[in-house]
Amino acid sequence: MSDLTNTSGTPAQNTGGERPILEIKDLQVGFNTQNGLVKAVDGVNITLYRGQSLAIVGESGSGKSTTAHAIINLLPGTGHISGGQILLDGQDLTKASKKEMEGIRGRKIGFVPQDPMSNLNPVWSIGFQVEEGIRANGIATGRKEVKKRAIEVLKQAGLQDADRRLKQFPHQFSGGMRQRVLIGMGLAADPQLLIADEPTSALDVTVQRVILDHLESLTRELGTTLLFITHDLGLAAERAEQLVVMYKGKVVESGPSVEILQNPQHPYTQRLVAAAPSLASRRIQATGSVHAAEAKLHEGAESAAGDEIDLIATAEARAEALAAAAAAPPAITVENLTKVFKIRGAGEFTAVDDVSFQIPKGTTMALVGESGSGKSTVAKMLLKLEDATSGKIVVGGQDLASVTGKQLFELRSRMQPVFQDPYGSLNPLRNIGNTISEPLSTHGVGDRVSRRERVFELLDQVSLPRTLVSRYPNELSGGQRQRIAIARALALKPEIVVLDEAVSALDVLVQAQILRLLADLQGELGLTYLFITHDLAVVRVIADHVSVMQRGRIVEAATTDEVFDNPKEQYTQDLLAAIPGANIELGA
Amino acid sequence: MAGYIARRLLQAIPVLLGTTFLIYFMVFAMPGDPIVALFGDKTPPPQVLEQLRERYNLDQPFIVQYFIFLGNIFRGDLGTSFSGQPVSDILVTTFPVTLRLALMAVFIEMVAGITIGLISGLRKGGIFDASALVVSLILISLPIFVIAFVAQYIFGIQLGWFRTTVGPGAPTQDLILPAIVLASISFAQIVRLTRSSVLETESQDFVRTAASKGLARRRIVPVHILRNSLIPVVTYLAVDFGVLMVGATVTEGIFNVPGVGRTLYQAIIRGEGPTVVAFVTVMVLIYLVVNLLVDLLYAVLDPRIRYAK
Repeated sequence: MSDLTNTSGTPAQNTGGERPILEIKDLQVGFNTQNGLVKAVDGVNITLYRGQSLAIVGESGSGKSTTAHAIINLLPGTGHISGGQILLDGQDLTKASKKEMEGIRGRKIGFVPQDPMSNLNPVWSIGFQVEEGIRANGIATGRKEVKKRAIEVLKQAGLQDADRRLKQFPHQFSGGMRQRVLIGMGLAADPQLLIADEPTSALDVTVQRVILDHLESLTRELGTTLLFITHDLGLAAERAEQLVVMYKGKVVESGPSVEILQNPQHPYTQRLVAAAPSLASRRIQATGSVHAAEAKLHEGAESAAGDEIDLIATAEARAEALAAAAAAPPAITVENLTKVFKIRGAGEFTAVDDVSFQIPKGTTMALVGESGSGKSTVAKMLLKLEDATSGKIVVGGQDLASVTGKQLFELRSRMQPVFQDPYGSLNPLRNIGNTISEPLSTHGVGDRVSRRERVFELLDQVSLPRTLVSRYPNELSGGQRQRIAIARALALKPEIVVLDEAVSALDVLVQAQILRLLADLQGELGLTYLFITHDLAVVRVIADHVSVMQRGRIVEAATTDEVFDNPKEQYTQDLLAAIPGANIELGA
Repeated sequence: MAGYIARRLLQAIPVLLGTTFLIYFMVFAMPGDPIVALFGDKTPPPQVLEQLRERYNLDQPFIVQYFIFLGNIFRGDLGTSFSGQPVSDILVTTFPVTLRLALMAVFIEMVAGITIGLISGLRKGGIFDASALVVSLILISLPIFVIAFVAQYIFGIQLGWFRTTVGPGAPTQDLILPAIVLASISFAQIVRLTRSSVLETESQDFVRTAASKGLARRRIVPVHILRNSLIPVVTYLAVDFGVLMVGATVTEGIFNVPGVGRTLYQAIIRGEGPTVVAFVTVMVLIYLVVNLLVDLLYAVLDPRIRYAK
């Protein structure tokens, strides 16, 4: 791979003898662990010229964030730079003293961190936190001057009422507003280089777009060089001129963005491009066998082409299945569902407002919307984890409102959830075998031996090795854990699976695998899915029908193709337009 | 906020009624006749006993005694002890002594505990951290009377820095040694609490963000690490103050401090119902107020709570 690392992004138009603002040469970053030194970054070369924008793309664990943290020398825990050079305008940062680094951070290199929720100190006001940065970098002195500058940078970052909100605390700001504060902080001292580490991955798509647009125009205006880090290929292609693809601590490919995406050279990049769910893709068809799907995925670039053939071959079958499903009674009927929460001191809040839909048996309906749109509340009421204020939910002919006690217990076995966080939804103290068999023992299905058999069967179904039975969740990756959660949901052979953001926390490649698994299981077992997500690109590949929610109401409902090809509501159009990379044809 | 405080104070009423009733009942149920016990080995004439019983309402059924006591409280009369001294006088002389002792102990454990805990947390795994851990473990595992005797022996007898027992009127310099002994127990807890809190805060994202803004370490430590780490520590200190205020029986006994703990202990031994119940009532009140203050303190320290109310 080392031959590839030398092709770092050095476009001809920039090489007029000009010194790059940032040059990373053969960077090595290691973490001391119980098993010795683990290399997180291994021989990375990146060259970035003034005024350019460059994106580092890769899945989690690829070393992209570690590279960013190494540049400003703020590696977590035992991390340290074990080799190579980081040249900022000719100065080697790996040799800079503590004091020199303090001078460089903020003033020469601005940093916008990933998670707006955890990156502001909850006990200090927004104004305090912006002002201390301004003061530390000597941008302004004197109370009034500092305050003036703080308001200025916050306004610049898109907080129009900054002067009024200086005294407020982080928890009084929304995620998008906090991200603007963090961007304002990063740019407060007019740094030459701004590092943005997944600046919007925690935000809704529509907010994401506004923030990124703003960041882009702002850096262009100020002439700031932008280095940003993302796991989202579409986003990288849309926002950066140069692209560096990282995989397992190494740079596997780099060059102009569009070129890489349309003509990826390295097998990993090809897989990444193929796996990225974009608007161009179509619904995944069940391929009959999970293993075939797995095998196909490992073939890399061919898998996308393979899908095309599959698509044509099975599209008619799918259409027939859908037609048949329409004739059968729906698995889930929801009528005029409303949920009102009482808020102390603030009256009432209608989270779900007069929502009605039907899901035919064996199909997938996606419930789409931004956070706070009420989609998860619908799921909770459907699972009867929350009682509806009014309206009716009928599952398999049974009205949920009248179901209690034993009947409810029995109904739960037919309707299973899979939640978003694969880390939080598995008990760390229970091994995988016990986790998967828990629903079986709760519902008194079979004896020990038959339950064990069923666990093995389920592990096979979700393509995990049987040896995992005695392992614990912390030994597994995020994707493996989500498979376990799916296996657990399938243990009781349910008819309905409610997937609440079930793939949102996963990397694109893993996401693609899980989506494929879900599609195959649906084909095999005739499952009905309610798929809740904020990610429209995922919807395209998994759903038959889409309902778009906004502020508790369903604003648009139609088949997936119709919604994507011909969105009627302005809100749906906004959501679609906000998908990063929507307008870029990814190569394959 | 005012409504919240009022609600909390109203909640105190049933708590007070319940605790006084329980205490009164337990004093009543104690074996032995307190009046007879007053005379030691002597056998007093029956008329004298009758007279005394009548005077302290001990001839009445339990429930009547309780209501008489309750009624007196509302008139501001806490009763008289068997030695003829009004209970309110005893309260007035003992509580200020305990208050001084508690304040001194809390101050010592706060300054020493937070400083050492902070340094331990920032230099995790170093020699300082390791020694602090050993010392705190020793202090936690020793019973307080051992620490008290050792302190008395070393600082009182060998070095002669302090008097081994507290003199009349409990002058402040005599209270220093008992305060150090009282502080030593919670000191160890505070060191460990501060240390773990500092470690947790240090790994928070906002600390890295503060550094990325270009702040110097000497600003990040007090403003972003210590300030956030103090929230659990300060609340622990406040609760500890409440505990100390209701008297440290063993330590006050060893150092002969004329405070709440020692006085209450003697009253229990003598079966003096009015004194015990009056003391416990005041203690419950102090506890309720301190707990309310802790909750209000939370709001001061953490703006997220302040604005949620």
